[in-house]
Amino acid sequence: MQEQVIDTSDVLHDRHPPGDLAIWIFILAELSVFAVFFAAYAFTRMNNVELFNEFQQHLDRQSALLNTLTLITSSYFVVRAVAAIKENNHKLCVNWLLAAISMGFLFVVIKSAEYAHHFGEGINLSTNTFYMFYLSLTFFHFMHVIMGMVILGAVAIKAKNGGYSDIEHTGVETGASYWHMVDLVWLILFPLVYVMR
Amino acid sequence: MTYKSQSVAKLYFIAAIALFAAQILFGLILGLQYVMGDFLFPHIPFNAARMVHTNALIVWLLMAFMGAAYYLVPEESETELFSPLLAILMFWIFLVAAGLTVAGYLLVPYSTLAELTGNDLLPTMGREFLEQPTITKLGIVVVALAFLFNIGMTILKGRKTVINLVLLLGLTGLAVFFLFAFYNPTNVVLDKYFWWWVVHLWVEGVWELILGSILAFVLIKVTGVDREVIEKWLYIIIAMTLITGIIGTGHHYFWIGTPEYWQWWGSIFSAMEPIPFFMMTVFAFNMVNKRRREHPNRAATLWALGTAVMAFLGAGVWGFLHTLSPVNYYTHGSQITAAHGHMAFYGAYVMINLTIISYAMPLLRGRNAANSNKSQIWEMWSFWLMTIAMVFITLFLTGAGILQVYLQRVAENPQPFMVVQDQIALFYWLREIAGLMFFGGLVVYIASFFVGQDEPEATVAQS
Repeated sequence: MQEQVIDTSDVLHDRHPPGDLAIWIFILAELSVFAVFFAAYAFTRMNNVELFNEFQQHLDRQSALLNTLTLITSSYFVVRAVAAIKENNHKLCVNWLLAAISMGFLFVVIKSAEYAHHFGEGINLSTNTFYMFYLSLTFFHFMHVIMGMVILGAVAIKAKNGGYSDIEHTGVETGASYWHMVDLVWLILFPLVYVMR
Repeated sequence: MTYKSQSVAKLYFIAAIALFAAQILFGLILGLQYVMGDFLFPHIPFNAARMVHTNALIVWLLMAFMGAAYYLVPEESETELFSPLLAILMFWIFLVAAGLTVAGYLLVPYSTLAELTGNDLLPTMGREFLEQPTITKLGIVVVALAFLFNIGMTILKGRKTVINLVLLLGLTGLAVFFLFAFYNPTNVVLDKYFWWWVVHLWVEGVWELILGSILAFVLIKVTGVDREVIEKWLYIIIAMTLITGIIGTGHHYFWIGTPEYWQWWGSIFSAMEPIPFFMMTVFAFNMVNKRRREHPNRAATLWALGTAVMAFLGAGVWGFLHTLSPVNYYTHGSQITAAHGHMAFYGAYVMINLTIISYAMPLLRGRNAANSNKSQIWEMWSFWLMTIAMVFITLFLTGAGILQVYLQRVAENPQPFMVVQDQIALFYWLREIAGLMFFGGLVVYIASFFVGQDEPEATVAQS
């Protein structure tokens, strides 16, 4: 499959990193912010292991697992979208992008239900250090999911209007790279905050 | 100069430089008052001198931002300014209001000024940097609205570029956040909380957008690099600025009575605030290295690169020094803050304004592209004098700050504030000497506008 793609197309496809270099600088910057946040979480947990373990029990791990699957699936859809445009199939590319965006939307719905549950119990940023981290980290990520959906949406609109081709599709790869970052952050966040004890 | 109406920028730039000179003079008076407490007392007490020093800075930066906008927006939009007359009218209103306000600070006691200007009707005075009488604040709002209207209409009728839109976003944010200057709750926590919406969200938020767009404009002009490349950089720089800077406000919410989570939010997000400044440095040097032409205005290129470096050092590195809450617990409100404040304001906002002035002034004064060699050499001397002096001011204040924090807050037997002030006097003297050097640089800078006028324009060496 990969071979075919390379065979049928331009040298451009082999370019690394895929997408616009600017998005990679942005991704690096974003990952640094998350890295600092994760490190702060880890160090604080080290000094409050019992508190963190106790309140971790109150989190909805099933929803979080479902959300993990949702994001991984969405990433797969984005991969399909890139593959589709490399074969110059605009319509298929748009459809896969829309499928990825819907998975993002599903993530937002599930996460909102979780928040509604916590807020209903009167939990807020000042409840304790664990909840402070849980709410801050997940909400910061939540905003990134929304931002990623906006980016994929913009790419989908341009793809629909025939803005990309098998030769020039940097935009699709750029959007895909950002979306994978959003997914990747969750793949660290999920075990770190919900599972690891 | 491509469009006739760009010429209104000249008025703004001249007034900005005049106020810059006033700011530095009062800085010298203040610096001396740190070590000679009764210098010029009772004529110019410390509090009045400080208000003039900080307010003159803010007003001249605003003036220069406006001048920059009036210069670059017509060129970017490829159309004449919507109303040059409105721009000139607003200039005089702004200048007279600023002049009267400074006169008020210097001629009557502050409380009398508050009474005279009817502060009791809508109390907004008495807060650091927002000392202006309410009526002056209203004047600022009128000027800002008229300015935004003028710039906005110009952009609407012309070409919409990323630089224009980012600049407009920054200028709109500037006007909107200033409105919090009118919100003055009696609860001192809330008061401080929203006071930072003006102060922090200006300098660590929307002003950075203005800085980014002016820098991008000058870099396009002097390097000839594709607009597309420069715009891409601008996008990621402003995105990072907003992601880190907005929640970064939290680094002011450590000790004012706000909830504890701000310790984390403020520390983490503001620790990342150097990133966009670092990007700006990489961006500027990259663009200059990839330049497609040699521009005869070498001074403007020097200022642009200087801005990128000094903004990163002053705002980024010196900000990071004391932004983590466990560190800030000790350094809060010490001379470390003053060190950061001086280099950040100079590196980011003074230098970006001198960059656009350096680029635009020769054109506004009838040159084709640049000043004569002689004039540029003077200007570049002033660049190095002022910049090196500012590095020294910052280092001496940092030294003073470290010693102050240790003696006053860390040592086994902490000493009272005034006792410590006596012990760090040497640093204050050194700072004053560096201040004189800065003043020297400023004199050379102003002189650069007058020397070499009869000489031909600098040209690019052909090889």
